[in-house]
Amino acid sequence: MIKKRVVLTFPKEAVEQPVTYRLIKDYDLMINILSAKIDPNEEGRLVVEISGKKANLHSGLNYLKELGVTIQPLAQDVRWNEEKCTHCTACIPLCPSHALSIDRTGMKVSFDSERCIVCGLCLKACPYQAMEILF
Amino acid sequence: MAKTIAEINERIKKGEAVVVTAEEIIDLVGKKGVKQAAKEVDVVTTGTFGPMCSSGAYFNFGHSRPKIKAQKVWLNDVLAYAGIAAVDVYLGATELSKDDPANTIYPGTFKYGGGHVIEELVAGKDIRMKAISYGTDCYPRKELKTWINIKDLNEAVLFNPRNAYQNYPVAVNLSNKVIYTYMGVLQPKLGNANYCSAGQLSPLLNDPLYLTIGLGTRIFLGGGTGYVVWQGTQHNPGVLRGENDVPRTLAGTLALLGDLKLMKPEWLRGVSITGYGVTLAVGIGVPIPILNEKICRYTAVKDEEIYTQVVDYSYPPTREGSLAEVNYAQLKSGQIIVDGKEVATGGISSYVKAREIARTLKEWITKGEFLLTEPVQNLPSIDSDISFKPLKERPLGGTIYD
Repeated sequence: MIKKRVVLTFPKEAVEQPVTYRLIKDYDLMINILSAKIDPNEEGRLVVEISGKKANLHSGLNYLKELGVTIQPLAQDVRWNEEKCTHCTACIPLCPSHALSIDRTGMKVSFDSERCIVCGLCLKACPYQAMEILF
Repeated sequence: MAKTIAEINERIKKGEAVVVTAEEIIDLVGKKGVKQAAKEVDVVTTGTFGPMCSSGAYFNFGHSRPKIKAQKVWLNDVLAYAGIAAVDVYLGATELSKDDPANTIYPGTFKYGGGHVIEELVAGKDIRMKAISYGTDCYPRKELKTWINIKDLNEAVLFNPRNAYQNYPVAVNLSNKVIYTYMGVLQPKLGNANYCSAGQLSPLLNDPLYLTIGLGTRIFLGGGTGYVVWQGTQHNPGVLRGENDVPRTLAGTLALLGDLKLMKPEWLRGVSITGYGVTLAVGIGVPIPILNEKICRYTAVKDEEIYTQVVDYSYPPTREGSLAEVNYAQLKSGQIIVDGKEVATGGISSYVKAREIARTLKEWITKGEFLLTEPVQNLPSIDSDISFKPLKERPLGGTIYD
């Protein structure tokens, strides 16, 4: 059993495909949708946590590739530029997964990319443009 | 046993002065008592770092050949005020870029503006300048486009009409939709609460009645040295205060000035506030001479003894006035209670940076690089007749300004 967090970018043509259904039904994978933006006739983006047997995961991802879906690991997606961060903590109450957190003694902010669900709320909250989203 | 600033300066010059930060004095007074601490300590250093919208810089960029009476000036496409002498301009922190769509695409991102130009200027980067004019016999040139750099400017002075607010209300949103304010993103129905003060490290909270901070006080400003030059705009000493004399809402402010050429970009940062605009975050540190026990007691104020009000920032406000009174220890714990609900808190002011400023100023004084000044005039305090008045609108009538 392995687990992977990935960002799936769909070309226009693949947006109508019921990929989540296929991954569950045909490849016996567990899908946890973290964030989704899919409009008809436009490029779509799905952030998911996929877990299952290694072989199933491998073939599931191959199926997506064949559809033209681009697969990127999630950790690369939101970046905390520490040198720009002033530790003001404006992002803290908005981060739903506590990927951004504070050590209350020193009042220093830190970012745990493993916990990030790429919701993008921190980008709007950060006054110093220290948070960056990469697609 | 009272001390004078002159005596403290003598000790600073000899490298004998005892300097502690506004955090350290709390422990010291706790251990030794006010009387002993006041005897031992010469100076307490404070610090604050956060967006301070009433900030800007003026400078003189020198005369071109032929000369231009610069009437309108843009720096990296940000308009500077040129309605003063020929090549003097004032660049305000909140001025937007020429083509910024502002909130037409709501909420606007406000990526670049006056505050960012000041940060880049201080960082020594070249800045694009465009100036236009109508031409006169003595200033015939009508257009000028050139790169400028801070090192070539004749004078470059940071001049902030209102900084270092003494306390600030906490912002929440009681409405049903997200709002984008100068206090940050506020989620609906008490989704979060944002505060903006360094609390126990903040300059004016350590000298609540302005006994030592006055006109001419030398300070840490933007990584260099500056001065308090007047009370800030909206200075309002007569508000509700606690038994410790600390205001329980926004009160005093400072007007500050200093040589921009000696400042550093890490202490003057351009700020982009979603849905609101641009501004400048300023680092300020004020030294407080411990002249007597009363001043010492004031500097030992702790976060749990500094109160502020929680206010609804939605418009029209769902409820007017204070929703709750909380202290900075609660705010910094990450959660406060409003209407019986636990609300997560976020800061706008950086405590980490405030602490670094207080420590830096302590180091400067300890090394004898920074001497204290005697204020030439005190700031208006609780015995003054100053109050913060709202605008009385008087309709013009007719079609003037239509």
